[in-house]
Amino acid sequence: MSAHTTTRDQSGWGFSIGTVCALVAAAALGALIIAANAADPMMAAHAWIFFFLTVSGLLVTGLWAGALNGRNPFEPTVYEDTIVKFGVAAAMFWGIAGFLVGLIIALQLTFPNIFYFPDFGWTNFGRLRPLHTSAVIFAFGGNVLIATSFYVVQRTCRTRLGGGMWPWFVFWGYNLFIVIAGTGYLLGVTQSKEYAEPEWYADLWLTIVWVAYLFVFLGTLWKRKEPHIYVANWFYLSFIVTIAMLHIVNNLAIPVSLTGSKSYQLFAGVQDALTQWWYGHNAVGFFLTTGFLAIMYYFIPKQVNRPVYSYRLSIVHFWSLIFIYIWAGPHHLHYTALPQWAQTLGMVFSIMLWMPSWGGMINGVMTLSGAWDKLRTDPVVRMMIVALAFYGMSTFEGPLMSVRAVNSLSHYTEWGIAHVHSGSMGWVGFISFGALYCLTPWLWKRKALFSKALVEWHFWLATLGIVFYIVAMYVAGITEGFMWRAYNEFGFLEYSFIETVKAKHIMYIIRVAGGALYLIGALLMAYNLVRTALGHGEAGEAAPDARPANAPALQPAE
Amino acid sequence: MTEHKPDIDELSGVETTGHTWDGIQELNNPLPRWWLYVFYGTIVWAVIYMIFMPAIPALPGTGMTNTPGIRSHSDRALVAEEVGKLNAERAAASSQLLDASLEEIETDMNLQQFALAMGESAFGDNCATCHGAGGRGAKGYPMLADDIWIWDGTLAGIETTLRHGIRHLEDPATRNSAMPAFGRDGLLTAKEIDDLVQYVVKVSGGTADMSAANRAAPVFAQQCVSCHGADAKGNRSLGAPNLTDSEWLFGGEPRDIQQTIYNARNAHMPAWQGRLDDATIKALAVYVHSLGGGEK
Repeated sequence: MSAHTTTRDQSGWGFSIGTVCALVAAAALGALIIAANAADPMMAAHAWIFFFLTVSGLLVTGLWAGALNGRNPFEPTVYEDTIVKFGVAAAMFWGIAGFLVGLIIALQLTFPNIFYFPDFGWTNFGRLRPLHTSAVIFAFGGNVLIATSFYVVQRTCRTRLGGGMWPWFVFWGYNLFIVIAGTGYLLGVTQSKEYAEPEWYADLWLTIVWVAYLFVFLGTLWKRKEPHIYVANWFYLSFIVTIAMLHIVNNLAIPVSLTGSKSYQLFAGVQDALTQWWYGHNAVGFFLTTGFLAIMYYFIPKQVNRPVYSYRLSIVHFWSLIFIYIWAGPHHLHYTALPQWAQTLGMVFSIMLWMPSWGGMINGVMTLSGAWDKLRTDPVVRMMIVALAFYGMSTFEGPLMSVRAVNSLSHYTEWGIAHVHSGSMGWVGFISFGALYCLTPWLWKRKALFSKALVEWHFWLATLGIVFYIVAMYVAGITEGFMWRAYNEFGFLEYSFIETVKAKHIMYIIRVAGGALYLIGALLMAYNLVRTALGHGEAGEAAPDARPANAPALQPAE
Repeated sequence: MTEHKPDIDELSGVETTGHTWDGIQELNNPLPRWWLYVFYGTIVWAVIYMIFMPAIPALPGTGMTNTPGIRSHSDRALVAEEVGKLNAERAAASSQLLDASLEEIETDMNLQQFALAMGESAFGDNCATCHGAGGRGAKGYPMLADDIWIWDGTLAGIETTLRHGIRHLEDPATRNSAMPAFGRDGLLTAKEIDDLVQYVVKVSGGTADMSAANRAAPVFAQQCVSCHGADAKGNRSLGAPNLTDSEWLFGGEPRDIQQTIYNARNAHMPAWQGRLDDATIKALAVYVHSLGGGEK
């Protein structure tokens, strides 16, 4: 039986390398053809970037495969951990890049005369803003999700990742998409849809990568050695499936030319707007919520070494969350050309979303029952629990802001910015930091992190940074919301728009300070993780068995 | 019973589901009651809201687009109602503005207060983008709060500028004039322009290269005096600025002046007649006139 399995796997691994290389080679060839016939300079630049990166990838793969000497690189009895290490590094890199660009655009908004460089058009706010949002959400968050999902699905299924070479395709293909998207923003390539700015060819490439991701994940679940599928994997799967659907529908567009960078949306007017916010809101729901809840469901019980609080709650809140979330998008279009009945729909589903969202927070926080002392002793646990606190705050605030009367004050103001940053810096950021702090010693087989004190510093700097950021933006948002609607005794608007901008200046300065603290915390973390991986300080001794609870036949790969 | 013993979590005494994934177990705690009841509550609330408000898209042939809800609430109707209320609130004073002359508005205290409030609001939303908050101006956009006027600083003159704009060629009554692009169109050589720059620096009271300025004197007399005048003090009827007051619309550095002569500036301002109603235009004229430099 085992001999048979070995034979089959041996033919399998070569096959997966071959198919990945064939696909990448075909894509490289396509890029070369487009590069030679490009209709505009942006497309030419992108086609060349794509061509050189894919060819480099093929060359490295060739060298690597040639050095294998017939050894199966996808040995089924060990976990595929190298890819997770790459994912941790990529997440850290993109995270710092994204936070830095965020700080720069905060400075541009605060001091527009100083941080304006007319000779370098690509540094304009309009180019850098999508670079920031995409870098933090898709580059940082996406790499965290891919890395943790590959780690968690292997452990909880007690099997190696499926697909041989394909997980590597997913990782590098996704990061290639990030490079194309990011350089596109700087070059001015955009289809002007928020959080879906990349043009049609980048979207097509991501679609291929994402379908491969789905198959790798499903394939791993398929060959699991556990009878049941762990809750974290439901959440990961809902994230992968729904993002595929959202991405495809919202990016339906017709290119002007197959060798040009511009395309036009299939939908127009309010239908386009509704599709966009169906996408935009569920990117929050299925990328930033279910994806990171999956992380929570593995890393919190693992790190505190306690059972998940309630299996029943996890089932009920999972299904209610994914069923209700998908309808809530119209709340982004209150008091617009969107028919009022659709606004009602978005609003009532948002209200009903409150408890399903909180189910995850309850399950995470209550998992600490019997181990509350860890909040004091383990800053990594504290970070993840504070992440849940921010999650709870923003998932209460979301339904509140979806109420039309509240929205009429909050919409278009900095309140929205405060809301997304309490969710992104507080929830997504902190749960990701927690997962990366857990993963690094586990992956590099270190007894502990290089420095727990640095984690404490990171925790407090980042928490203070978030508080500065969101308090400033709440005050600014409510101030400008009231200024916009103020009438004088004669029935005319009390303030002109520019006066409401000037009124926020001091708040903008405080936001810059908050963002800077958050960035400094992330730099401390990167330093700490690198020293941990290198085995310095408290990480010095290799752990004899870093995963005492883990006694399957499978071993982490060297 | 012994078989079930391992399924109890010792610390909490709660049963687990019996599965273990990578060392992780799950307790079989029931749903928190408060959680469940609040969840039900939000669902009940959602249903009630949908009964009261426009909610469900209707089938074709029913003669309506959606269920109107028993409150028949409509954003469109509400907006129309609120705008109507606001217009009614402003109507009395607005019609007085229309009936009164600009001078009468300025001298009647109540009317003036109303006009200034209306003008300030309209200025902030329509004019401040270029002329700055309070009309303090910017490069290329005249300051309106001083007593230097390129075209006309009287009440009537300001109203004309507002109504017809400057070089807004779609309006035949627009204020129009065109300084030639002396360099770009080859009317003067680069050397002549450099000399002229020194001449303009000289008449504006700056430190100029006197020999260059002297060389340029005949060129100025030939090319510039027809609009800017022999004394270089400008001509408002042509919108030709005074060059001797050391106030500059596009900058007074030699480099700026060189650009102005080489390319000409000929700035535009849109005509607001038809975009703003008559009462608002009159209020704006009074407001701008009041900013600091209004002329009789």
